[in-house]
Formats: sequence, C-alpha cells, structure tokens
Amino acid sequence: MNRKSFTKRLITAPYTVWMAIFVLVPIALVVYYALTDADGHFTAGNVTAIVDYAKTFGISVELALISTAICLLMAYPLAYAIARMNTRRQSTMIMLVMLPMWMNFLIRTYAWIAILADKGLINAFLQSIGLDGFKMIGTRGAVVLGMVYNFLPYMILPIYTVLTKIEQSTIEAAQDLGASRAQVFRRVLLPMSVPGIISGITMVFVPAVSTFVISKLLGAGKTYLIGDIIENYFLGNTGTVNYNIGASLSLVLMLMILISMAIMNHFDKDESAGGMI
Amino acid sequence: MKKKVLSLILALCIACGVLSLAGCGGSDRVTLNVYNWGEYIDTSVIPEFEKETGIKVNYTTYASNEEMYAKVSSGAASYDVVIPSDYMIGKMIEEDMLAELDFANIPNYEYIGEDYKGLEYDPENKFSVPYTWGTTVIIYNKNAVDPADVADKSVDLLWNEKYKDQILMFDNPRDAFALALSKLGYSFNSTNAAEWEEAAELLKQQKPLVQEYVMDQVFDKMEMGEAAVAAYYAGDALIMQDEQEEDVDIDYYIPKEGANMFVDAMCVLKTTQHKAEAEAFINFMCRTDVAVKTAEVIGYATPHMQAREQLDPAIIGNPVVYADSQTLANTEVFLNLAPEIGELQSKLWTDIKKD
Repeated sequence: MNRKSFTKRLITAPYTVWMAIFVLVPIALVVYYALTDADGHFTAGNVTAIVDYAKTFGISVELALISTAICLLMAYPLAYAIARMNTRRQSTMIMLVMLPMWMNFLIRTYAWIAILADKGLINAFLQSIGLDGFKMIGTRGAVVLGMVYNFLPYMILPIYTVLTKIEQSTIEAAQDLGASRAQVFRRVLLPMSVPGIISGITMVFVPAVSTFVISKLLGAGKTYLIGDIIENYFLGNTGTVNYNIGASLSLVLMLMILISMAIMNHFDKDESAGGMI
Repeated sequence: MKKKVLSLILALCIACGVLSLAGCGGSDRVTLNVYNWGEYIDTSVIPEFEKETGIKVNYTTYASNEEMYAKVSSGAASYDVVIPSDYMIGKMIEEDMLAELDFANIPNYEYIGEDYKGLEYDPENKFSVPYTWGTTVIIYNKNAVDPADVADKSVDLLWNEKYKDQILMFDNPRDAFALALSKLGYSFNSTNAAEWEEAAELLKQQKPLVQEYVMDQVFDKMEMGEAAVAAYYAGDALIMQDEQEEDVDIDYYIPKEGANMFVDAMCVLKTTQHKAEAEAFINFMCRTDVAVKTAEVIGYATPHMQAREQLDPAIIGNPVVYADSQTLANTEVFLNLAPEIGELQSKLWTDIKKD
C-alpha cells in the first residue's frame, strides 16, 4: 500500500511540480499584486477601483454569452449529424472541423480583417453586384463573429464525443415506446448529452470572455473588452503601467469564471461521461 | 528495422541540434539587441553592419513609446539600443534607465545638426543621438475629401461628421490627446487637469466618427483608400504617397492649430552588457551613406547635415517634412508629464476607449 502510493507520487511528481510553478505561483502573484499598491503595502483600493470597469465587464460577458449561444446552436446539430455518419466519414468530418486549428489563431483572425473590411471581400462582392456595402469591421458583431469562428470547434468536439457514445438502440428503444422525434430529443438525447454541452460551453465561454486579440483586431480598437483593459495595464499602452489594477481585474475575471464553472458543474451531475477534456 | 533506422536518425538530429546550439553559445560573437519603431529603418543596413563589424544584430520593433517603456522597464527582455522619442527619453533619463554615451566611440555625431542638440529632454547631450525628427500631420485622400474641408488646414477635419467611419486616429494617448489639446488651444504639456478632461470630452465626441484607432496599420488603410482622413507622422505621409493605389491621391498638412514636433533619438540602456558595440551601432547609423539610406526609406526628416546634402533636393525642399522655422514656431515638443497628469491621461484614455 505504502509502496504503491510512493510510486504514484513519483509518477505524478513532474506534473505536480509543473502545476506548482506555472499555475499556483502565478495565481499567488496575481493575488499579491491585486491586494497591494505600487509600494507593496496592503490595499483594497485596486479591488474597489474595478467598479469603474463594471460596464466593460458587462460587455465582455454579454458578447461571450452571445458567442457561446451561437456556438451551441450551430454545433449541436452538426455534432449530431456527424455522430450519425459511418465511421470513415466521421473521422473525415472531425478532421475538417479541426483543420482550421492547424493554422495559427492570429493569422486566421487577420484573415477576417481582410474579409470584413470596408473595402474587403464581402463589401467588394456586394458592390460588384450593385448592392450597398455595409459596415462590419469595428462593430460588436464582428467581434462576436471572431469569437464564434475561433471557438466553434471547442463546442463541436465535446458534444460530438458525448453523442457518439449514445447507442442508436437507445433512440430506437425510445421510438419503440412511442416517443415522437421531439420527445426523443427532449427526453433522451438532450439529457444524455448534457456533459458534452457543459464542457463545450465552458471551453467557449472562458476564452471568449477573456479574449483581447479578437476585440483588438476585429473591433478596430473601439470595442474594448476586459481583456484589453488588463493588457493595457500590463503593457502600458495607455501611458502608465499598473500591475496592481491589472492583477485585480484579472483576479475578478478568474473568480467570475470559477463561479460560472461551478454553476455549470452543478447541472452536470453525470461526471463519468465527461467531454473532451 | 526501418523503425530503428528512423529513431537513430532522429536521435542524431537531436544531438546535432544540441551541439550546434552549444556551439552558438560558446562563440565570441556579440549579439546586440536593437529595439526600434516599426517601419523605421532600411533593413538592408543591418546585414551591412553585421558584415562590417561581426556583431550580430537582433532587431525587434514596437508600435509606441509606451509599449517600448513597458517592455524595457519590466525587464522582460534585455535590449541594448532603443530609439524613443523626446519625452520618453526625458522620462527614462529621470528614471536612470539610460547609459551615458561615450562620444569618443561615436565620431559621426559631429554630423548631427546643432538644432537637434541640447534639446530640453537631454539638455547636456549625454544620453542620446538624434535619429530623425518631424511633426505630426493630418493626412487625407484628395479623392475622398471635399477641398472646401481642407482649405483652412485645420485639425477640425478629424472631427468632421461628413467623414464618419473614414477617420483614423492615433492609438496612443499622447498623440491623440495632443490633437484634442491643440483644437482647444491648450499646451500639449498642460499641467491643468481640467484641460485634460476637456480634451478627453472632445475625444469621446470623436469616437463615433473614428473608423479605427491605429498605429502602423494606417499605411495600408490610407494607401488602399480604406479611410479618407488620418493623423500620423509627416515622414510616413511621404511613404504613403509613394505606395498609394491608383485611385488614391494622398496629401497632408501641418494643422494651423499647431502640431507636435518630435525628435527620436538613439539611446543605450543602462543594463547593456555591450556598451561599446551599441555605440558602434549608433555610430554606424550616423555614417553619411547609412543616414541617407535611412532618410530615403523611412521618409522622416534627418538631423544628419551631411546626409541632407546628398538627398534629393525635392525631399529636402518638402515644406511639410523639412518644415521651416516659421512653421516649427507653431509646434510644440512633448515633455515628460508629471506623474499625476500621466496617470490622469491614462485613466481618461481608458475611459474613452472602453465606453
């Protein structure tokens, strides 16, 4: 028994050390900076200062929620369709879903600038067929589009994984017992795919709420998310570097994410089914 | 068997990689880290310097003084040579970040015009060697802007509702606030908080008209005709004219309300391990042929008097880039702001951007 736990510890040691250095220490630093001032004295001033950014938090959460909802609505039917295909086509389809992820995220987002720009691909096309172009880049819509585009695979994959585990016979059994298509979906499929949906939502919402690159590139510097403000405080783009406020904003963001994950996990009772992560 | 061969090759590759890395670390070749503004050098001069001196240059760029300052002061990376603007040099001298230069290693310093020496940010010429100078200008596409709107050469063009979504604005607080302050007739170095608040109000009003807050993205946007009006640096307007698309016709002016006059100068950071090499680099950049290339490629005015004689008279005769003393009398140099004003500016800028 003793020996076994020793080997176990030995095996997990590299990971524990890794976690300690790259997760715990940084979090401790964030907490330290968030609760001290420039001279290193304890203060709650940074935490109260974030009231100024309540609106920005609101916008970030709003855009992240919209993106998550769109991702979910798009991903579920697609994941279902893929899960019902034969194995060979399934792997092709999943590869197609993952294909964009082989390219760098920044490059893909830059490509969207060329597509959405005022004289970009879409507007040039619209004008060539005699329609009026319209403003896309620099709007919130463009930011949401960027989020959906970049994070959609993270919604599809966990839902797909869960759906492939549902036996066709389960659905047939429901149908045999007289369930209509809607009932099969509502009473059988949906409840069984909750774990995948939960991990999909988490994997889309968390990066979306904290992004700063997408808003910077597609929001034309006009849609500011909380991630942008944190970046500015650390990089000094606004003229002053302030790690303390930056850290306290990060801390609040982390807490928000943790709380929303806790709420999500509350719905996710069947942990064994799990998603991708 | 095949697998074994393959793994052997892989192992060899890794071993070679490690060895070559080790070889790299062991050599005596000095690497100089030069940190400059984007689009601010003729890149062909770097290999030339490396060839002549055997010093390797690791050249990286930044988009604003603030970005450079944050990187350098955080100690996240070690640079040897940086090229900040006047007010930032003042701030860095005050914070003891710059090394005193040994001008015996920079004989070419003599070519720098007297007008650019002994300026307020480095009054005793101890820390910096001027690289370029210029003013901010209003740039516009003649094919998209009504001549009547530019007739009075005013900064108001940036607030003209007719060009909603066609205006590009500086994405750094110092330059953006300067435009608003000049519109109000206040000093760019104002110490009066109320004046800064007033300027912030103007910038907030302007935000719905702005297509995008940009730094070097301004080149593409103006050259392609994606935007009609922008505020940027004089030398860059020249480059945009050279690169513009056929249906774009770029022109520019120094606004009558005044503009910022800046000097960007080469400095060596105090933390450098290679001060002599850094000074050799600065000296090289001040060599006449290199200075000519620099001026030709980046379009900014050069403070190098010898280079000026060799440049195309059409460039030297450009009344905006090489503005005369009468025009310059209407410009103002940025000074390092007092800490409380600096913080106010930063807060106001964040407010403008986030709402």
